[in-house]
Amino acid sequence: MTAIPGPELNSGSTGLPDDLRTAGPPALVIDGVSKRFVVGRKKKPVVAISDVSMRLERGDVQGVLGSNGSGKSTLIRLMCGLLTLDEGRVEVFGHDIVRDEMAVKRLINRVSVDAAFFKKLSPMENLLFAARLYGLDGRTAKHDAIAILGRLGISEKRVGRPVEQMSRGMQQKVAIARALLTSPTLLLLDEPTTGLDPRSKLDVQTFIEELKETHDATIVLTTHDLAEAERLCGRITILNDGKVVAEDTPEGLRAMTAIRLGRPATLEDVFMTYTGRSLDDDVEEDESEDD
Amino acid sequence: MTVVTHELKASYAFIERNFFLTRRYWGWELAFLVYSVAGALSISLIGVAQGSETLVLSLMIGAIFWNYLSVVFSWIAETISVERWEGTLEYTMMAPIRRSSQLLGSVSYAMVYGFVHTSVIFVALVLFFPQLDLSQANPTTAFTFMLLGSFSFVGIGMIAAILPLLYVERGAQMTFVLQSVLLLVSGVYYPVDILPQWMQVLSRLSPATYVLEGVRAGLIDGTPVNELLFDVWPLLVMGVLFIPFGLWAFGKAERYAKRTGKLKRVG
Repeated sequence: MTAIPGPELNSGSTGLPDDLRTAGPPALVIDGVSKRFVVGRKKKPVVAISDVSMRLERGDVQGVLGSNGSGKSTLIRLMCGLLTLDEGRVEVFGHDIVRDEMAVKRLINRVSVDAAFFKKLSPMENLLFAARLYGLDGRTAKHDAIAILGRLGISEKRVGRPVEQMSRGMQQKVAIARALLTSPTLLLLDEPTTGLDPRSKLDVQTFIEELKETHDATIVLTTHDLAEAERLCGRITILNDGKVVAEDTPEGLRAMTAIRLGRPATLEDVFMTYTGRSLDDDVEEDESEDD
Repeated sequence: MTVVTHELKASYAFIERNFFLTRRYWGWELAFLVYSVAGALSISLIGVAQGSETLVLSLMIGAIFWNYLSVVFSWIAETISVERWEGTLEYTMMAPIRRSSQLLGSVSYAMVYGFVHTSVIFVALVLFFPQLDLSQANPTTAFTFMLLGSFSFVGIGMIAAILPLLYVERGAQMTFVLQSVLLLVSGVYYPVDILPQWMQVLSRLSPATYVLEGVRAGLIDGTPVNELLFDVWPLLVMGVLFIPFGLWAFGKAERYAKRTGKLKRVG
């Protein structure tokens, strides 16, 4: 497989030997993290995340599954310092997110479900802005941006036109390029394929797969797409009402559920067993929210 | 790379991005400029109708220098609300940069943009009123007050910029109201002593009041800066107090927004 062009996203592979994966501090430690939000003066605080713990070694790809409102995006925001912790601690490659905020920020980047850009600016202008915030010089940033966008199927002649003229799928690819441009060692992908057409979804998934195999970036992926989780993630955490209700490899989760159900289990069975919901419920909820 | 170099690069990111935005919205920029020139001319023509050259000059100065101060204020105060609107706020906030670098970039661009914008209006007015006698004018005084006023307005702009952090929906509206109040109490088109007593107290808290008094004294009467110290020191004090206070308040507001989840995209 051809290596993904662009910045030095750390050499190596996720097929790293175990002794190399576990050499040095873990890529991510989430230890007893809780987060509550006050939603009204006379209302009780809403518990968004409750006593969540996780540990990722370098090169791991960890999926986070859960219904709408289960706390997936809140957990991602806590990992990248966009929310303060009420309890617990988060460490990225040994750096505490509270005490050593700048060091953590330099190591991570995030792709969220909504590809947020200055819509009137071009992909290149948006990427240049993002790159400079992370200390890259303009020439390197332009070169790397063109290489990464090219790999994602966005040609050089397309990078000068406003983002608003691009399809949702194309915008999401630019969002992924923005994250990769800064060479994150911990990449947080918050439903990166939600709302994309099947072709764009496949493109993005293939790119993540390549990224997994050609670079040693550690990835946390939240998704509603169970097939995507199974394809991309080495381990999966299931969140329900802000709590971790199951955590294992996809095979392990299926095996545990099969024992409970007394028959072979799919990942959908796993999801329903641990959250009490089907994915169709979530889709209907999304649609009613849209209405 | 040293910390200073990294932070300067980050500041430049905001200058460059704001330039890209100005370039991309060039049609609106032109329309805004035409509107500003027309507004300044319309107001100055009131002086012509009254047959008073001093009034024409006084109104011109009010229109031109208020334009500069309000442009600087808007660019800085909208630093957060623009990003919230576009949905990029979380990305900027999670980047490894200090808020002071972000604000330095925004402030630098605001001042250069304001200077260019206001210069065009100034040239248009001078061409429209060629008969105006500016032989007594002291441009050094005008420039000094413009510069001093910039810093105090930057401080107020920083304080205003936190409103959209604290109040997701209402913050930008509150910033706009603050700017309107400054326009009302600062003697932009009339002397502040015609205002009700309680408004005159407010006018003394607005840096624009001192800037306009100083610039008018410099351009109409030719008064040098050293004779206008009673207008200089309040600007100095405001600049020295407002900018550090603005930075401190911005940091507090950011922590509050992170605690309550208000950085999340809305709009």
